[in-house]
Amino acid sequence: MATTENVMDPHVEAHGHDGAADWTGGSEPFRVSYGKLMMWYFLVSDAFTFAGFLIAYGALRFSSPSWPVPDFVFSTAPFGIHHAPLIFVTVMSFLLIISSVTMVRGVQEGHRENKGGALFWVLMTAVGGLGFLGCQAWEWTNLIKTENMSVTRNPFGSFTADGVYLDMEGKPSKEAFHAGSSYLIHRHEAGHGAATAHEGGHAYKPGDHPGYMMDADGFVHRKFQYTSGPYAGQVQVESFGPKAFGALFFFITGFHGFHVFTGVLLLLILAVNIASGLYVERKNGYEMVEKIGLYWHFVDLVWVFVFLVFYLL
Amino acid sequence: MSAHLTYEESKKRVLFGLYLLAGVTLVEVFISLLAKGHLIPGLEHYKAILYIAGLVIGVLSAYKAYFIVYEFMHMRYEVKGLALTILLPMALLIWAVIAFFQEGNSWKNRRELIKQKNEAPARQGHLEQDGQRGTYVI
Repeated sequence: MATTENVMDPHVEAHGHDGAADWTGGSEPFRVSYGKLMMWYFLVSDAFTFAGFLIAYGALRFSSPSWPVPDFVFSTAPFGIHHAPLIFVTVMSFLLIISSVTMVRGVQEGHRENKGGALFWVLMTAVGGLGFLGCQAWEWTNLIKTENMSVTRNPFGSFTADGVYLDMEGKPSKEAFHAGSSYLIHRHEAGHGAATAHEGGHAYKPGDHPGYMMDADGFVHRKFQYTSGPYAGQVQVESFGPKAFGALFFFITGFHGFHVFTGVLLLLILAVNIASGLYVERKNGYEMVEKIGLYWHFVDLVWVFVFLVFYLL
Repeated sequence: MSAHLTYEESKKRVLFGLYLLAGVTLVEVFISLLAKGHLIPGLEHYKAILYIAGLVIGVLSAYKAYFIVYEFMHMRYEVKGLALTILLPMALLIWAVIAFFQEGNSWKNRRELIKQKNEAPARQGHLEQDGQRGTYVI
């Protein structure tokens, strides 16, 4: 039976003299500290939330008749770079990977009770995280301001068959496209010239025209004709793509970005605590660095899957 | 936690981890762009290449996940029981995500099938009222 005189070593399994389990307490389950175990289980619960979002994305995307091609949508980068599919997003992945590595270095220095080293690497990790957030902010600004994507509107669409665009007189032009390729519906101010260089300097007017249709919000929907498939020969108008694309993109990357932001805040608080000498007094090998490190690696892990599902597939 | 590695060895291992993750990411992006036809034009028309590329990229991402969890999050050095309580739910979640991709695809195929059947001309009836013998044949 349990007795109160047992001296408990937290890192040894608790068993009585007859081999039965001892319930007097004081030993750690799985031989890890409470804080670390609870951080692991919080991460499991967070994984369920992200998995829920990714399941929604997967089910909606693959049940849609058409879906914008990721390398068409995500082909811009800062400093005026265009036609660089997935490059900016790869840079963002590298930033998170590097920040994970600096975090591991921080944990290693913490184990050696090296206050200065742990502080340096934790701050480097925060810098990496801030860099990632800056890149994500640029991506969002570009999509919202320049390309007019929102939670309810998706100006990226795809063609379901081969065809050609109509020119300004409404006749089929030489500008052809293949099934599966994507287009972007641009927004113009009524009466003004082209907003971007690759429009060719047309002045667009609101209403229905032979070559295009401009709606009340200023979006220019170009007209085209399919040359194959069930709608061959009919004049069609570029329509907005599936609404779910914008909603899913902003919610999922936003939720992940929120986690990165929280992680940066935690890292900054950790840095202040390290600098103040709090963990020197605790004598636990700077375990808090390890716990925050677990959270940070989880954020990187989620990005691996978001990157895979949104951009690579 | 890496009690059997020296400090210098631990640092080297971390650097190796950086190169590994960065390298695998580059390979994934390369395969994705290849399958979408950006590097060699015309490849995007072969559905088989797309599926194989998707599979390879998925496996590589799973490997990255394994590496991050086992090395960076030190799962390798934890008690087996802890590892199982974490990894089993995560593995089931990954299965769920993949399953729902397939589910979405199935919805699309069924919807197309229904559309097709709705637009097809009506077939000859088999009941007595259609002038037949009345045997019900599908």
